[in-house]
Amino acid sequence: MSFVLALTLFVLAVFLGVELISKVPPTLHTPLMSGSNAISGITLVGALASAGTEHSTLTTVLATVAVTLATINVVGGFLVTHRMLGMFSRKR
Amino acid sequence: MSDELIQFGYLAAAVLFILGIRGLARPRTAVRGNLLGSLGMLVAVVVTLTDQDIIGYGALAAGLAIGAIIGAGLATRIQMTGMPQLVALFNGFGGAASLLVAAAGFVEVLDEVEPDLQTSSATGAALAVGGVTMTGSVVAFAKLQELVGGGAMPSKVLQVVNVALAGVAVGLGVGLAADPARWWMWALVGVSLVLGITLVTPIGGADMPVVIALLNSLSGLAAAAAGFILDNSLLIVAGSLVGASGFILTGIMCRAMNRTLLNVLFGSIEAGGATADADEVYAGRVTSSSADDVALLLETADRVAVLPGYGMAVAQAQHAVRDLTRSLEDRNVEVVFGIHPVAGRMPGHMNVLLAEAEIPYEQLLEMDTINPTFDRTDVVIVIGANDVVNPEARENPESPIAGMPILDVDKARTVVVVKRSLSPGFAGIPNPLFAADNTLMLFGDGRGAVEDMTKALAEL
Repeated sequence: MSFVLALTLFVLAVFLGVELISKVPPTLHTPLMSGSNAISGITLVGALASAGTEHSTLTTVLATVAVTLATINVVGGFLVTHRMLGMFSRKR
Repeated sequence: MSDELIQFGYLAAAVLFILGIRGLARPRTAVRGNLLGSLGMLVAVVVTLTDQDIIGYGALAAGLAIGAIIGAGLATRIQMTGMPQLVALFNGFGGAASLLVAAAGFVEVLDEVEPDLQTSSATGAALAVGGVTMTGSVVAFAKLQELVGGGAMPSKVLQVVNVALAGVAVGLGVGLAADPARWWMWALVGVSLVLGITLVTPIGGADMPVVIALLNSLSGLAAAAAGFILDNSLLIVAGSLVGASGFILTGIMCRAMNRTLLNVLFGSIEAGGATADADEVYAGRVTSSSADDVALLLETADRVAVLPGYGMAVAQAQHAVRDLTRSLEDRNVEVVFGIHPVAGRMPGHMNVLLAEAEIPYEQLLEMDTINPTFDRTDVVIVIGANDVVNPEARENPESPIAGMPILDVDKARTVVVVKRSLSPGFAGIPNPLFAADNTLMLFGDGRGAVEDMTKALAEL
């Protein structure tokens, strides 16, 4: 992928992100944050590719630790968001 | 699976993330949004695992399993009062992961070819942002968990150190881009990790909502930067979506305090000479009250507004507040909650606590909605909030908090302030509200005081 293409994706996605949540109600601030935080764990994909190619011991160790940390971020983030949202929708 | 199919999988995941974030921004669709987001992540992980370049699955399986167990354990055990810490911690893990991915990716490239400018400059960005996110989040976690003091430590020395470190980091990044070599990389990692610590350490608890939102944004940007190194479209798209949404939240938090981001990060509220001395404001004017007296007031009220602050979280008073709310509603008193955007330690902190106590979110009113209604509110109960109800922000242009949007509780018929003492809030200034003619102070622990009110009400 050329740098310009990558930059285009980046800039368009930033604009899209701004549009998507410009009017989020305060009730959802925390769930939005923890849910989007889980999405930022997408770095897991890079970690998997890097750890799996077993290029060298150094890169494999670094990437495997990254897999672990990113998985905590992803699994924990989505789960805790789900738990929180469950409380929000609970009616008396 | 061929490379092209993997790219199609990434496209599907990116669409699911977009739908997920859109869903999370609306109450009706939030649960579905979160599920769509996690589905997107599942798709992304599965197609990545089919990559033909992957030769060893042992380490991957171990990392995924350990991470999933720890993540699930943390997410299901945490109490809602611990939510700000957990969000900070997850941010830190995300930042650390992006830093490691960037380092591993760069070393891989470096071993084979001379990295191009895109790779080496993206590495610099990912390492710097990831490093600051990682240690900054750990410091935020430690402050919120009260492992270290949570107070603001305004320090000119640290400000200079921060600017210097940021300069060094930029310099190392440029060096790395110009002359790709490992030692630039490790030096930049070291400097960024230190910068994360020195940047967040002096920031006080009341500014935590801004810090948490900013770290959230940075964790996304670090992932996006890692995407530039790996030429991975999904990392770029998902990372920048999160970066943008976190940045918007940061802006909302800053506006709610009438401060700029730079001021939160590098400045501090300074108690100026323009504010009156505490003794002058309070002497002889503060009316101390009892739970019984407040119960009498509540009994005859038509409309009661409850204003929670961080003190409610500290005292774990949300369930006691719920019980008081129910017994008032049983007496046909209308009860609403006024939520200041920066009440608590993270964006939406009060909403989470009150939801945990099963208070319907329809009863939680935003600042702009509740402010015009205070003049027809009989009793306002302020629990553990201070600066966000200080009329000085509105009336005294010389005040350090001048211009900060506040909840106009002083316009209600009677204001009951539940508080341990007259000690100042984060801004360090006295609050004339406590000395107002229509204010009753109920000194004591938040939870105990609210329970006493409920008891006194039942005995009437």
